[in-house]
Amino acid sequence: MSAPYLAPGLPQPTPAPDGLDAPYWKGLAKGELRLQRCRACGGWQWGPEWICHHCLSFDLGFEPVAPQGRIYSYELVWHPVHPALKDQGPYLVALVEIPAAGGVRLVGNLLGDPRQAVPIGAPVEGVFEHHDDPDAPFTLLHWRLVD
Amino acid sequence: MNRTLRGSVAVAGVGETAYFKRGQSPDPEFKLALKAIITACEDAGISPREVDGFASYSNDRSDPSRLAAALGCKELRFANMQWGGGGGGGSGAIGNAAAAIAGGLAECVVVFRALAQGQFGRFGQGPRRKAIFGEGAYTAPYGLMSPAQMFAMKVQRFMHEHGVGQEALRAISLAAYHHAQNNPRAVMHGRPLDEATYDSSRWIVEPFHLYDCCLENDGAAAMVLVPAERAKGFPHAPAYLLGAAIGSHFRAGAPVHNTPDYATSTFKTLAPRLYEMAGVDPGDVDVLQSYENFTGGVLMSLVEHGFCPPDGCNEYFVKERFLAPDGDLPLNTSGGNLAECYMHGLGLNVEAVRQIRGQSSNPVPGAQVSMVISGPMVTPVSCCIFGGEATL
Repeated sequence: MSAPYLAPGLPQPTPAPDGLDAPYWKGLAKGELRLQRCRACGGWQWGPEWICHHCLSFDLGFEPVAPQGRIYSYELVWHPVHPALKDQGPYLVALVEIPAAGGVRLVGNLLGDPRQAVPIGAPVEGVFEHHDDPDAPFTLLHWRLVD
Repeated sequence: MNRTLRGSVAVAGVGETAYFKRGQSPDPEFKLALKAIITACEDAGISPREVDGFASYSNDRSDPSRLAAALGCKELRFANMQWGGGGGGGSGAIGNAAAAIAGGLAECVVVFRALAQGQFGRFGQGPRRKAIFGEGAYTAPYGLMSPAQMFAMKVQRFMHEHGVGQEALRAISLAAYHHAQNNPRAVMHGRPLDEATYDSSRWIVEPFHLYDCCLENDGAAAMVLVPAERAKGFPHAPAYLLGAAIGSHFRAGAPVHNTPDYATSTFKTLAPRLYEMAGVDPGDVDVLQSYENFTGGVLMSLVEHGFCPPDGCNEYFVKERFLAPDGDLPLNTSGGNLAECYMHGLGLNVEAVRQIRGQSSNPVPGAQVSMVISGPMVTPVSCCIFGGEATL
């Protein structure tokens, strides 16, 4: 795999032991974004929960969604709060709104020059970053501005 | 039935330990709690044995049964923990204690917070474990894991929506440091801050400079609450609780930054309830303590409590407005979480009581309506208003 956006050594995501978000992580591993959608009312929600907040149905599934969104907010982080980031330098974290999934929001890194201008509202597309840790492989979903 | 706390409970005593930089307290956390409680009881002129209830917040580690045993309290009648992290529960714990007294559950309740970050781990550091699941799995692997990083995202959106400049945040920090110079208890006493120093300070996470972020400290604070009918039997002028509000807006706790109303300090639904119970308007507030985890939280808190329109922040947030004694709205008059001490905000409530007594190191002459906003941007949050005798 190509170099990850952030230096290695940060906490690695694993599916929740209660099974709530397993389909999300399985999807990411296959290069697919799957978000929670209610089978009863069709409403989207994120993060995952055991009940649909729109209609209170327990009949929820995960549906594939094109990883396309727009910047809702962002931040440029300078101060390292984890030893793995000691020599990282500034990095961008974005909050991305997914219009095709009811406007739910996802957190990811915004790829490219950390000092780039980040226009709130600008369209972005997802980039899957696979980590082949032999014990616990995982995949992150990053974003980049669409020209 | 008119259900209200207004005027039914009063603060009879307040107490604090010395405040220390993180890791420098010679006392363990539980001993700090005991010292603050004993100081508050001495201030009220009562024996700690008369205390029959304890209320705290943010998962305080000093267990009320252990406190009651250690202090020899005759009887424990109320033991309460306000759910939620950060300082969102500071005024809420006071509201809970007051509700217990007003409802007849207890007679003398201590609200306290003890915190030794040097002994139990820091809030400003990310998790160290290798694997993470649950909500943290969606943020920490992207390097979003500290409170500053959680909240900068909200503040950035608010500043974007309303065209707010960095100088508005700077004014909040400068006012806090200004007040700390008159407060010998303040950790930043003797460490004044000016515009140039703020502007050239390092970024923590944009839009927060170093001086936009609270301190990390060791210490404890406490206050003694009693029924209003007993309030005049104590050494100091009583500060009556005029109102308190706790909670958050619709789905404020939606996971992973998904609350529908995102760029908020979480006070939009609380502020009207607070003012209604207290029977005051923003224009009646003589002095304000507004919790600064980060200056951006103060910015949105003041807007949501009606002090400033959201699109008027650049004009409103100027340092002079916030300075005691002559500013329009003296703000964080002890130095607050930025420059006095980060005691998870309970120090702000203690300062609000001092203002009514005329005992602040930055007194606002004649202050009778003294307000506290606790822990913006988390959920639940809380706020309260204290009043002097003239407000009843």
